[in-house]
Amino acid sequence: MKEFSGSQNYVASEELMRVVNIAMVLQKPLLIKGEPGTGKTMLAEAISAALGKQLIIWNIKSTTKAQDGLYVYDVVQRLYDSQLGNEGVDNIQQYVKLGKLGEAFTADQQVILLIDEIDKADLEFPNDLLWELDRMEFHIPETGETITAKHRPIVIITSNAEKELPDAFLRRCVFHYIEFPDKELMADIVRVHFPELNEKLLTQVLEAFYRIRQLPQIKKKPSTSEIIDWLRALIHGGVDPSRVVKEIPYLGVLLKKNEDMDALKRVWR
Amino acid sequence: MFEEFLYTLRRGGLKVSLTEWMSLMEALEKGLHGSSFSSFYYLCRCLLVKSEADFDTFDRCFLQYFRNVPFEQEISQELLDWLNRPDVLNDYANWDEEQAKLNELLSEDEIERMLQERMKEQQEEHNGGNYWVGTHGMSTFGNSGLSPKGIRVGGQSMYHRAFRVAGERRFRDFRGDNTLDTRQFQVALKHLRQYSGLVDLPATEFDVDNTIQDTADNGGLLKVRYKKPRQNTVKVLLLMDSGGSMDYYAHLCSSLFQAVSKVGHFKDLKVFYFHNCPYSQVYRAPSLMPSDSVPTDWLLSNLSSEYKVIFVGDAQMAPHELLGGYYYSRDPNRDPDAPKCGLDWLKRFRVKYPHIVWVNPSERPSWGQYWTQTYDTIAGIFPMFPLTVDGLEASMKKLLVR
Repeated sequence: MKEFSGSQNYVASEELMRVVNIAMVLQKPLLIKGEPGTGKTMLAEAISAALGKQLIIWNIKSTTKAQDGLYVYDVVQRLYDSQLGNEGVDNIQQYVKLGKLGEAFTADQQVILLIDEIDKADLEFPNDLLWELDRMEFHIPETGETITAKHRPIVIITSNAEKELPDAFLRRCVFHYIEFPDKELMADIVRVHFPELNEKLLTQVLEAFYRIRQLPQIKKKPSTSEIIDWLRALIHGGVDPSRVVKEIPYLGVLLKKNEDMDALKRVWR
Repeated sequence: MFEEFLYTLRRGGLKVSLTEWMSLMEALEKGLHGSSFSSFYYLCRCLLVKSEADFDTFDRCFLQYFRNVPFEQEISQELLDWLNRPDVLNDYANWDEEQAKLNELLSEDEIERMLQERMKEQQEEHNGGNYWVGTHGMSTFGNSGLSPKGIRVGGQSMYHRAFRVAGERRFRDFRGDNTLDTRQFQVALKHLRQYSGLVDLPATEFDVDNTIQDTADNGGLLKVRYKKPRQNTVKVLLLMDSGGSMDYYAHLCSSLFQAVSKVGHFKDLKVFYFHNCPYSQVYRAPSLMPSDSVPTDWLLSNLSSEYKVIFVGDAQMAPHELLGGYYYSRDPNRDPDAPKCGLDWLKRFRVKYPHIVWVNPSERPSWGQYWTQTYDTIAGIFPMFPLTVDGLEASMKKLLVR
């Protein structure tokens, strides 16, 4: 079995790699939690790239129902077709469209299924998927078919902890919490995005960034995507590295709330 | 083989289930612990713990069971700088089979003692040796070393040989002693829904059954029908007792409050606070500031009777606070029919709102006449339920009965 060990564009901590491999061997869904901007969604892409497997993403919204992931029966299309006397109206199968989970089950090769931000959905949502994720099969009453996974997909689930997940669901998962990267790991991550980065600028930027994150007054702490945007802005504007910590140019890229900006101006020396 | 660990965890307050324990056994059987102590630690954690808030509890139990003492040692900055050398190549050129075997035999205490001696002697940077503190060598301490056993000193861990990861207790900050398990309350509150059917809403949802029916009636020509969407029409007025004897239940009440505000499926939710019993004013915040208050009359006349009212309070107060004219307005221009005591106000609520319950975090006092008096009076006018998951569920059902 192939092992996951990070990818060219994704720097994973050793713990994370280990946990991904555990989930793969035990064939259990991997539940990833962590602050926004710690690369939860990116992880699935990295695994798919590293293992050379197709990635299927199921984005969860507040209105998403478990059923949507299995299949949708397009009645309206069928009615219209019957009106015009189109061919194949008798064939219900033609109007049953598989959802993301169904797609992952019927794929000819093992795929990676990312269920993104599961906590956005209704409280009962995770419970409605228990059977399907456990047995890797579901039934379509309209056609009398049972869809069984040809190859058990690698399931990655991300959560922002907006809602608590049911215990029965948690029991079936392998859990990992992505910590916010420390300075060294962050430097590695930044270097992946800017291979020719001036070391002096990097040091200064990290210094300022972690100091801002430590301020208790800041409500919405800047995350990885913000530091990368900030660096891009600094490089584009040709800012002298020695000014970075003192003046924090392009502050708007780092902090998105007015009150945070005011708070920073008050305490920054 | 170490079932006792499961019980240590459960005693520590982690709800580890048998399913999870069996998956750990399966993982160990498949060799996923990779015969190193730190990967064993991570394996246990990712299978047995499902919330970062519990990581610290887990760390403590783990340390307790595997009796590890966190390594604390003053280390000079100079030494740390020597060790912080991620540029050194990751190779096994310095591997020494004999030294590895020797190191395996050393006990933790010996290694610690040796480190202390070495730190007194060492004057310069060392990489790749098997004696000094340095990087990539076969000595028992230092950074990114190859020795099968040893202590990591500074820098980023690369091989995780050092067996003291748990001792770092990095997850102390995540301890969620105040993250409440509001889920069960939320599930109970979910019972409180009534779907719109009769209510005036635009018909926007496709109605399969009636479309088929009408199309058939229409001689096979398609006739599309729409129906009104199903939406929760329940409006809730939550009135909570705050301060005084309620402080004992503050934790419980705040979980209820969080659950009510998080569940978010009500059409409207209004929350007000009072102390002991609502009088002529109710307050917008639990601090009960007069500047932030609303006349109870306003509430009664502006919130229609379709609101479902939930009182939360212990219903225990001095009898005169409920029955006496203690908080009675002395304004000469007042309405002669105005409520004269707390009980009158409660009766006004009773008359106005047909769906009303009182949820009580406290049990009926088992002794003494004094506190049971008001408890019984209030239980006489409102259906009263205990503030437990079951009680809440029962009260929600009560609210739905017409």
